[in-house]
Amino acid sequence: MSRPIVIKNASLYGDTPATLLIEDGVITTVAQDAASIATPDDAVVIEAEGLVALPGLVDLHTHLREPGREDAETIETGSRAAARGGWTAVHAMANTNPVADTAGVVEQVYSRGQEIGLVDVFPVGAVTVGLKGEHLSEMGAMANSKARVRLFSDDGVCVYDPVIMRRALEYVKAFDGAVVQHAQDLRLTEGSQMHEGVVSAELGLAGWPAVAEESIVARDALLAEHVGSRVHVQHLSTAGSVEIIRWAKARGINVTAEATPHHLLLTDESARTYDPLFKVNPPLRTQSDVDALRAAVADGTIDIIATDHAPHASEDKDCEWAAASFGMLGLETALGVIQKVLVDTGAATWRDVARLMSETPARIGMVDDRHGRPLAAGEPANVTLVDPNATWTVDAAQLASRARNTPYGGIELPGRAVATFLRGVPTHLDTQLEGAFA
Amino acid sequence: MRHLLGTTDLSREDAILLLDTAAQMAATQEREVRKLPTLRGKTVVNLFFEDSTRTRISFEAAAKRLSADVINFSAKGSSVSKGESLKDTALTLQAMGADAVVVRHWASGAAYQLAHGGWLHGSVLNAGDGTHQHPTQALLDAFTARRHLVADPTGQGLDGLTVAIVGDVLHSRVARSNVHLLNTLGAHVVLVAPPTLVPVGIEPWPCTVVHTLDQAIETYDIDALMMLRVQRERMSGGGDAFFPSPAEYSRIYGLDADRMNRLPDHAIVMHPGPMNRGLEISAEAADSPRSVIVEQVANGVAVRMAALYLLLAGEEGAQ
Repeated sequence: MSRPIVIKNASLYGDTPATLLIEDGVITTVAQDAASIATPDDAVVIEAEGLVALPGLVDLHTHLREPGREDAETIETGSRAAARGGWTAVHAMANTNPVADTAGVVEQVYSRGQEIGLVDVFPVGAVTVGLKGEHLSEMGAMANSKARVRLFSDDGVCVYDPVIMRRALEYVKAFDGAVVQHAQDLRLTEGSQMHEGVVSAELGLAGWPAVAEESIVARDALLAEHVGSRVHVQHLSTAGSVEIIRWAKARGINVTAEATPHHLLLTDESARTYDPLFKVNPPLRTQSDVDALRAAVADGTIDIIATDHAPHASEDKDCEWAAASFGMLGLETALGVIQKVLVDTGAATWRDVARLMSETPARIGMVDDRHGRPLAAGEPANVTLVDPNATWTVDAAQLASRARNTPYGGIELPGRAVATFLRGVPTHLDTQLEGAFA
Repeated sequence: MRHLLGTTDLSREDAILLLDTAAQMAATQEREVRKLPTLRGKTVVNLFFEDSTRTRISFEAAAKRLSADVINFSAKGSSVSKGESLKDTALTLQAMGADAVVVRHWASGAAYQLAHGGWLHGSVLNAGDGTHQHPTQALLDAFTARRHLVADPTGQGLDGLTVAIVGDVLHSRVARSNVHLLNTLGAHVVLVAPPTLVPVGIEPWPCTVVHTLDQAIETYDIDALMMLRVQRERMSGGGDAFFPSPAEYSRIYGLDADRMNRLPDHAIVMHPGPMNRGLEISAEAADSPRSVIVEQVANGVAVRMAALYLLLAGEEGAQ
């Protein structure tokens, strides 16, 4: 049994200061007055004044690369990166090698996550065998496995065939699942390298038009409505997609959507450096898209923030733009970026951040019996402490990820997670807090 | 100038200096002994990731006439096919002591990456990167136009002239380079292309866009007409073609004798080569007295001599 932990005078959700007592993995007491808590003799006391306490963060979109590309990331290094970033649960995408399209692979990923014990790793199953978009994978077997898969996605590729998409949406209703879509019209994006617009025209890089995302988002919303199922749209990147989601929600369609930190901060102007660290799919868009996404997060049209943490080996990034892989790291920088673009700008409060990065993703992922719970007595002690004043400069070499492909190297972020607790066990402690556990 | 990567950031002064220097280089090529000692002891590497015999021998001739040592490095393949990476190639060239690297690459931005990747210290001269830039082609085009259309050209730009560029603008590094350079030099640029071959996002470009060659000839007093090569893969049948057929392209965008005769008397006809005779340009137009296409090739050597000279010897000369 781990020692009891007292988190003293943390600001819960960024407002009320309170003290939490954690025993045996559970929050047993929450009190306004720290003195009213009988601190057990062997307790670790964390002086948390000035820190924000949030429910442990839940990422709905993570690439851990294991099995298959352990040179880029492993479940262990990815779990460590997640814990450092304040996450207590991540949903691991299926585009591994072998693909997570069988009960065997998802159980292996899930078990390995538990064995490491730094975050709960919830595998996302592939919609189609081998992500090829041709035959439905055995989603029922994955749902009924030890991994209890509820989300299915061919992420990295779009479930492009409308009939396959329709069948998948229908089929997952049997186990309350959802189809998680990477919205990208494949024909409109053959060879695409970056957002199609003024910058791509000048740089001579093949364009990835906004309409290639928006047409699939619209199609899938209509399909979900038609068959009465649930669809979650990944990494929304355009102002037009925001309008479509807003329309679909107003119509009562069961659709949810995510935005990534990078699509809320960076624009296609970054491509002018031809540095493949800025190459990502969907691509970085224009400032007006960024503005629309931020507004949509603020007004609830976009439900959650998800990282699309995508580690790549250096040789897949240290090359020509057109030859480079798509994707960027996100787990360790997400909280800082979100504070910068949403909290510090007044677009969202820390309570909103708890909803966007913990409660709602847990609900969409159907793990809200364990994660995204209230910071209240009797709840599992999945807690993240954020220091909103811990300004830091991102150094790629210092990241816990095995890969180094962060686009934020040298950029200053306003805050970070200083402690993460998974069922009462500290999975990350900033050096400033390590003393308490000495 | 440290590198020559494109024309967007080339100042008018530098552009005119390049053209004037090219004129001096061209004059030396009239002499009996055409070799100059200027770059003796310097090493110029021609690094070609994409086949282009014409461009390579033009750079090779330019470097050799300036007495530089020339190394030809053909690096076909590259990281896409898991050959040697751009980075490793650059480190190799650095270790060999290249003073200048002339790079032709299939990937847009490769020259920029070589210049800014911190892999090598020499000057980088972009000899065409993907569908991005090909600055010496634009310079030789401007040089050729200036010779024919501007009296007393030394020190002059192309002010008041109209240059029409016809063809596949979307995939053309020649068009991208020319639009900015010609504009910098004071010319009005008219792009003529089917809408499928005009990039989305072209609005900020300093040029006018029209969609038929007849409209361009009727509307503008064209001083120079530049025909771009149409790549075979752009017209493959099926859903990937950018226009319905070669015949239709030729009817609407091809330069035939009739269209050529409707140009102002002094107008010149240009083509970066190699030509598809009978597709974008008819034999009558290509071989007419208006055609300066062969001269463009000769001017290419002079312009590349000027670029190499200014990158490698310019600063020492100024001291």
